[in-house]
Amino acid sequence: MSDKADDKAVNIPAQSEGTVITKGDAAPGETLLKVTGLQKHFPIKKGLLQRQVGAVRAVDGLDFEVKSGETLGVVGESGCGKSTMGRLITRLLEPTAGTVEFEGTDITHLGVGGMRPLRRDMQMIFQDPYSSLNPRHTIGTIVSAPFRLQGVEPEGGVKKEVQRLLSVVGLSPEHYNRYPHEFSGGQRQRIGIARALALSPKLVVADEPVSALDVSIQAQVVNLLDDLQRELGLTYVIIAHDLSVVRHVSDRIAVMYLGKIVELADREQLYKSPMHPYTKALLSAVPIPDPARRGAKSERILLKGDVPSPISPPAGCRFHTRCWKATEICRTTEPPLAELRPGQQVACHHPENFADQAPQDVVLLSDAKEAAELVSEEALAASAETSAAVAAEVESGGPDTEASKDGAAKTAPGAAEDGAAKTAPEAAEGTAEEK
Amino acid sequence: MTDLSKSGAAVGEPTGTSPAPTAFLEVRDLKVHFPTDDGLVKSVDGLTFQLEKGKTLGIVGESGSGKSVTSLGIMGLHTAGQYGKRKAQISGEIWLDGTELLSADPEEVRKLRGRQMAMIFQDPLSALHPYYTIGQQIVEAYRIHHPVDKKTARRRAVEMLDRVGIPQPDKRVDSYPHEFSGGMRQRAMIAMSLVNNPELLIADEPTTALDVTVQAQILDLIRDLQKEFGSAVIVITHDLGVVAELADDLLVMYGGRCIERGPAEKVFYEPRHPYTWGLLGSMPRLDRDQQERLIPVKGSPPSLINIPSGCAFNPRCPYADVPKDNVTRTVRPELTEIGSKHWAACHMTQEQRERIWTEEIAPKL
Repeated sequence: MSDKADDKAVNIPAQSEGTVITKGDAAPGETLLKVTGLQKHFPIKKGLLQRQVGAVRAVDGLDFEVKSGETLGVVGESGCGKSTMGRLITRLLEPTAGTVEFEGTDITHLGVGGMRPLRRDMQMIFQDPYSSLNPRHTIGTIVSAPFRLQGVEPEGGVKKEVQRLLSVVGLSPEHYNRYPHEFSGGQRQRIGIARALALSPKLVVADEPVSALDVSIQAQVVNLLDDLQRELGLTYVIIAHDLSVVRHVSDRIAVMYLGKIVELADREQLYKSPMHPYTKALLSAVPIPDPARRGAKSERILLKGDVPSPISPPAGCRFHTRCWKATEICRTTEPPLAELRPGQQVACHHPENFADQAPQDVVLLSDAKEAAELVSEEALAASAETSAAVAAEVESGGPDTEASKDGAAKTAPGAAEDGAAKTAPEAAEGTAEEK
Repeated sequence: MTDLSKSGAAVGEPTGTSPAPTAFLEVRDLKVHFPTDDGLVKSVDGLTFQLEKGKTLGIVGESGSGKSVTSLGIMGLHTAGQYGKRKAQISGEIWLDGTELLSADPEEVRKLRGRQMAMIFQDPLSALHPYYTIGQQIVEAYRIHHPVDKKTARRRAVEMLDRVGIPQPDKRVDSYPHEFSGGMRQRAMIAMSLVNNPELLIADEPTTALDVTVQAQILDLIRDLQKEFGSAVIVITHDLGVVAELADDLLVMYGGRCIERGPAEKVFYEPRHPYTWGLLGSMPRLDRDQQERLIPVKGSPPSLINIPSGCAFNPRCPYADVPKDNVTRTVRPELTEIGSKHWAACHMTQEQRERIWTEEIAPKL
């Protein structure tokens, strides 16, 4: 986690042969997938000449890495681009810009033929178990398709291997000759998982793998994914809108908003002390199955309105139109995704639970004033308190007190008169050093 | 919860046709069966509950457990569409404010529908008419029950849209459903259901199609509106988080029957049915650190044509062999009162269930 540069250095020599893919060469902890500046803009065409009049900026600049053996969870509201992201990294869609590297190989613009050998290592589980299985094919045909397409003859024959896979995912080998309609939703999802696992891939991208399933079945599939990861050393990218499910399955979590990652952090840190206001609002909105907390409105941050259109996303920070902490800088300057705490990258000028990154800016935008009305006093006070406490902790914890003292003094709104010269990157560096 | 609420419920499972319901809404032994080529689908098979004004009942269960069929039954919508020869077979009693709905004249029920009872559907895009503006649809709903001119009705529509938090209601009243986002459509539908101040509001998966942030807005809205109008609300959902937010009482359905019913606190903290344990164990939770694995319910929900004999849950129940003489597979357990206003249908003795819950289940949650 701490030394990203090392990871890259280790990984690239392992793949010096370029396109030659050998099995099992990415040891746990090495970067399996690296995404840089990934963009996907869907053109909007109008009129007789079908001139392009705009673009839906579904994915608009993503940078992240997935390490071998880990699970990266991706959460966000509908329309934030998380599914598009999944399709881009598996190259089911052609990126507009940016690069996707898989095991050190640039796969951004490989064609269908060029991708084919890589498909063995990269598989996808789809959301809807009803539309992702061909109703006219038997389970045997569906699960053996990867072998057929890749020209692989598994040991002991295809049928035997398929039956083994079926038992791995908790189905009976006798289901070989049945058709998809004979199965329930949960069983169909298991078939999809068996198909994805057929060629023992390294990376499995699962797009909402459990959202179409009932709660009791959902738990079965979540446990199955868990077991398979442990046994086969799989790497997952799990895309889901359900924050509780993502928390359960992920090691690291990326929170997306309007085509961008706003926070990328280890699970524990993200859920215990979210730093981006959007993450905080998203977490607080999840209904807690505990009647004693009913009507505990004080803990909840209600966001006003809906997600803005990805056709013309707001300038500056994309969340500023709904954020209760937005100031002038948020409207003009887009915050970079910076590692403020080890293992926690955040793109925000005024993070929660941390020293303010743009302390000179304290005047709330009118949008923010409106949004703040929806945030209860208790929640605001609590957030100011934790920010101050964390900042103080950072201050006392490290030897470099000078730098962080400035930050700590400015967490309380209004107390930020002095030390305005301090800029965001500096603060980030300072705290990273201390840890 | 006042003493008055549910005082009529203490009788347990009322059968027969003795009227005198004390509750605002009382459903007695409701059965909804659908004849099909494959056999009789027993979607709802004997459901009894009461609901007072100002209270919220949450109905939870998996898909196919009969939740939505129950709500459509109360609204009288199974008989409304009479397609083909095959009609739903409905029996039992539904008392709404002293009127029995199942035996009432359909025309009478039609007058109640919309005015005294209203419904919020899961998918607002298919529940709103794409051809008419939001305003036209709300005005229609209002004018059917109130003899007012279009102008007054329109004013009322704007007022309702404002109340549910649609920005610029006087402009958006002329928008078409496709011009609204998912959350706004759901708000518009809530405005339409509440335009006549119904005393009973049934919300069938009101937030399932929405994002969490919008869901939080809608749940808040439903709670506020209930406080304001004092309606009785039935929330149907598969999400235990949503019911925990809204419901005073909880009814857990499995295979068309109620398997546990009681105050929300009781059902969440002292559940006394293995299926309820299963639901609680399957749920990943945000509010606490969990052990590595979820505890799923094995197997899948039963077919409603061939409901397992005995307890419908017995093929999936890890404790099916605890009661003696194979009774779980032969005798269907009846709902029995196990605590104040708390019922469960299970063959295990109360001591057995209490022990299993406190020793085996609760520590793992």
